Amino acid sequence: MDAFLLQILNGLDKGSAYALIALGLTLIFGTLGVVNFAHGALFMIGAFCAVTLQKIFSLSFETVDPEKTDFLGNPLKVKTPYVESWFGPEFGGAIIDWSVPLAILFAIPIMVAVGFIMERGLIKHFYKRPHADQILVTFGLAIVLQEVIKYFYGANPIPTPAPDTLNGVANLGAVIGMDLIYPVWRIVYFCFACLIIGAVFAFLQFTTFGMVVRAGMADRETVGLLGINIDRRFTIMFGIAAAVAGLAGVMYTPINSPNYHMGMDFLVLSFVVVVVGGMGSLPGAVLAGFVLGVLESFASMEWAISLIPGINQIIIYLVAIIILLVRPRGLMGRKGVMED
Amino acid sequence: MSKTDVSRRGLLKTSAVAGAGLAVPTIFTAQSAAAFTNNPTGGTVTLGFNVPQTGPYADEGADELRAYQLAVEHLNGEGDGGMLNTFSSKALEGSGIMGKKVEYVTGDTQTKSDAARASAKSMIEKDGAIMITGGSSSGVAVAVQGLCQEAGVIFMAGLTHSNDTTGKDKKANGFRHFFNAYMSGAALAPVLKNLYGDDRKAYHLTADYTWGWTQEESIKAATEALGWETVNTVKTPLAATDFSSYIAPVLNSGADVLVLNHYGGNMVNSLTNAVQFGLREKEVNGKNFEIVVPLYSRLMAKGAGENVKGIHGSTNWHWSLQDEGSKAFVRSFGTKYGFPPSQAAHTCYVQTLLYADAVQRAGSFNPCAVAEALEDFEFDGMGNGKTLYRGEDHQCFKDVLVVRGKENPTSEFDLLEVVEVTPRAQVEYPADHPMFAGGQLGSCNPGA
Amino acid sequence: MFGLDKRDTTLLLIVAGLTIFAPFLLNPFPTDSGLAQFNAGYPDLMQRFVIFGIFAIGFNILFGLTGYLSFGHAAFLGVGSYSAVWMFKLLSMNVLPAIILSVIISGLFALVIGFISLRRSGIYFSILTLAFAQMSFSLAYSVLTPITNGETGLQLTLDDPRVLGVSATADGSIPVTNLFGMEMRSTYHLIVGPWDFQFNMGYYLCALVMIAAFYLSIRIFRSPFGMMLRAVKSNQQRMNYTGLNSKPYTLAAFVISGMYAGLAGGLMASMDPLAGAERMQWTASGEVVLMTILGGAGTLIGPVLGAGFIKYFENIFSKINDNVLHGWFSFLPDGLEDFVVFIIHPFIGKGWHLTLGILFMLVVIYLPGGLVEGGQRIGNWFKGRKKSDAHQSKTNPAE
Repeated sequence: MDAFLLQILNGLDKGSAYALIALGLTLIFGTLGVVNFAHGALFMIGAFCAVTLQKIFSLSFETVDPEKTDFLGNPLKVKTPYVESWFGPEFGGAIIDWSVPLAILFAIPIMVAVGFIMERGLIKHFYKRPHADQILVTFGLAIVLQEVIKYFYGANPIPTPAPDTLNGVANLGAVIGMDLIYPVWRIVYFCFACLIIGAVFAFLQFTTFGMVVRAGMADRETVGLLGINIDRRFTIMFGIAAAVAGLAGVMYTPINSPNYHMGMDFLVLSFVVVVVGGMGSLPGAVLAGFVLGVLESFASMEWAISLIPGINQIIIYLVAIIILLVRPRGLMGRKGVMED
Repeated sequence: MSKTDVSRRGLLKTSAVAGAGLAVPTIFTAQSAAAFTNNPTGGTVTLGFNVPQTGPYADEGADELRAYQLAVEHLNGEGDGGMLNTFSSKALEGSGIMGKKVEYVTGDTQTKSDAARASAKSMIEKDGAIMITGGSSSGVAVAVQGLCQEAGVIFMAGLTHSNDTTGKDKKANGFRHFFNAYMSGAALAPVLKNLYGDDRKAYHLTADYTWGWTQEESIKAATEALGWETVNTVKTPLAATDFSSYIAPVLNSGADVLVLNHYGGNMVNSLTNAVQFGLREKEVNGKNFEIVVPLYSRLMAKGAGENVKGIHGSTNWHWSLQDEGSKAFVRSFGTKYGFPPSQAAHTCYVQTLLYADAVQRAGSFNPCAVAEALEDFEFDGMGNGKTLYRGEDHQCFKDVLVVRGKENPTSEFDLLEVVEVTPRAQVEYPADHPMFAGGQLGSCNPGA
Repeated sequence: MFGLDKRDTTLLLIVAGLTIFAPFLLNPFPTDSGLAQFNAGYPDLMQRFVIFGIFAIGFNILFGLTGYLSFGHAAFLGVGSYSAVWMFKLLSMNVLPAIILSVIISGLFALVIGFISLRRSGIYFSILTLAFAQMSFSLAYSVLTPITNGETGLQLTLDDPRVLGVSATADGSIPVTNLFGMEMRSTYHLIVGPWDFQFNMGYYLCALVMIAAFYLSIRIFRSPFGMMLRAVKSNQQRMNYTGLNSKPYTLAAFVISGMYAGLAGGLMASMDPLAGAERMQWTASGEVVLMTILGGAGTLIGPVLGAGFIKYFENIFSKINDNVLHGWFSFLPDGLEDFVVFIIHPFIGKGWHLTLGILFMLVVIYLPGGLVEGGQRIGNWFKGRKKSDAHQSKTNPAE
């Protein structure tokens, strides 16, 4: 029983990342009708916002310690971060320690800006082009973005730990008298994902802006005829979608050390999630994200593997095939979207 | 009487045509039949460095490339000579190889066997490379080794740890200096016994491909010989990034040691996840829970940050070794690039020198002569003590390091500390050991 | 000629001429000059050009004509390679049975996957094919290792039980692939002054197969069957309303294009007897999509150009390193030389992906019709307007 509960938690956790990326993808697809293959790259850039902030905080000056030697036998240069010398080791150390959560504030403006630039500078010119062209150009952009990151940060993963206080494990089962140990940061990640998803839905549901956007998603022309500049609103939605992917990336860094190709790892998966959820359906994307995450976790359990060898390798794709054959419009999609 | 009626005019015509035909090759000279592939004829000799430059192992590949450039410098008599000064064989004089200046070409394996072979082929067919070396995974090493065997050039393997490279997939033209999974097991087992006792329950997480399996097999055999019990072995997909669903079952499995048969990005993530789940602070069966990473790579361990602290594993070489060879190599590498070399850099550097030395001693670039010079060659001064290139399977036998993630690193390179240098005798095995069975060396192929 | 009209005959002859004289055309620079780095006329790369050309031509029959975007085509190439290598291991080192088997097996594989995937269209079809291919890749890498040899890739060994032929040659090595005794790897070097032209048996086999494949694709494009496929692309619904069942046509196109991929896989294994699982990964499928679109989807020659373009980058640009750069710019003053090398450095060697990505974007942004459109624009620029009108239709997209 414990094992199942743990796997459900794992699944929800994995699902949070899938859901956030798929949510952004669907926002872009639903509003602009663009298939964005660079969305994984946005997730990756978000993660590297956290890396960059950590690097900025850790900028150091060097002092020579004559008593110790480095690997060549020269006197060792000891690095002291500026923040530690300015604010004292305690507070300065705390700033570095909390760089991942702080990176949320840092990442939002950057990601929105990246989204704006992408939409205005590139994707705008592709609205009237075939989907294949959109896929190709965004795929090219994804390669360029990840190679640029690789040029500056290298190919190896970079450790970006969570703050010490959030680094341990918590016993979730204590309340119900069970032993259910789970890492604190993963719980934080799940809550954070729920918060973001809730915020996006609330924004679309309860603000005038969101109402107009939803109207535009349903019938762009009519909204345009009403004299509303829907294009500008869609651009802003692109920025929001980029920020959602970016924040998913920022918070993901303590779970797994980020590297330049992490976006590609998630890209194919998140497309499968979007399709399983139903193209263009926001709740569908979120639901499918969590469902696939949980299924993936279950499939990695031993009884599943002994039942069908290799099931843990293919579960996501298997589910996608079954869903598409049985219920082609996905879990919550409308009929006829992107059929041609 | 012959019936052929040869008129004088006809004969003249025929011989004129034949003469013209014969004359053609003097205008277009076809390449003279060489005794072996890419026999260097000019004043230079070209080596092919085939390393991952894109993909997850690009940083490791970049470090390998640095080592190769350093080796070329030293062979050509530039720089401080590095390990040439400490190498027990004194055949090389810093005047290139057999008086020919060493040049090199580079290629990108992309850590894919197809791309690696394409790249190696282009070096052999287009650039005339006489030897191919490099690589950062066993799949690539085995694939390129097979290619070099067919093409008739020598392959000096880079970082490849699978038993298969010199086991079931061994080839007469291929040579490996790096250690293997069996040696990791043999070196780690006694240290683990000292540290954690002989009554332990181990849980293996294994990367689901050939290298992972041979490593799991080797470590399992070595630890079970100590009296450890293997509770479970679970295969994880290569593409996995989040290992939480594989780590979680460990918590309640009753195991008290977790063995991570992962490398590269997989290792970084599985180790990070294992520590996240509090395994390091956990107590099971009244003992401290322990994590073991049998194959450590310093470059990759860096990605796991704090999580490597106190975790044991094995490596082929580490820059903090204090023998003369290692010190000389670290000095020239560190002076040139500003940071210490990785184990991948070390093995690649040594392989290049060993190849050059073998050519020099054989007095020929012919792969068969070089192979003969390398087989059963014993040397010293290259950082791992007295080393033997065994002729039966082309595997090097040398000391193996058991290392531990350092608790208080003094710099960003100072991640590992050497716990024990396991002597060569302890990691040796007969060439027909069952873990290495199933392949044949074949005979050396000089090509052309 | 050959049942083609004049324009198509010219196109076929141009392609044939280009492939046959490729060893000259791809080796324009003397071997001892700095520009020799850009020579592509060595057997392995030439083989790759034509093999990936076949792959892309086949892909174009599906995508260019019907508009169905398959994201799993590499799976058929992989299956083809595996069948061919198994044929070498079990039957004989002759490439003919291996290639035939790989075409058949991948055709059957395509029939099954196509039958299921073609129940859906648009992006759903793409995701279905992607899912099948990724499943094939994952399983080939792990669970199916006894058949595929997993990570390492399926290779020949010295103890293969070869029914027709020997397990090992007299001198103890693995026999080489051949066509009735003509070794695929045998190469004739023609050295003219500083030039070294290489004529490789395997390349010419591949080239002949590609010319045949190209001819077949022209015939398909111009046939009533091809017309029917174009009708599927322009409006499948209307077609169905007229009482025509389009599925047999699309399925036939899918299987044909799968067989082309299998043919490419079989040839690849014949040139170099190794079959790796990563040939089936989604990135490999993506690559053929890129090749086709980059060259010009729906055009006859486009996919071949796209295949050449990408393979050229992968093999030539990845091999340029700083050392080579310094060699090129050594005529500049020291400081300037270092500066130029510093500027170019991110784009070569380990940065070849970056260059490729940038070029992709430029081509897609400025040349929606792919390289073929670029060629037409240059052609129009050279010729007068009047003349170009007649030529325009030559390589127009299929629509």
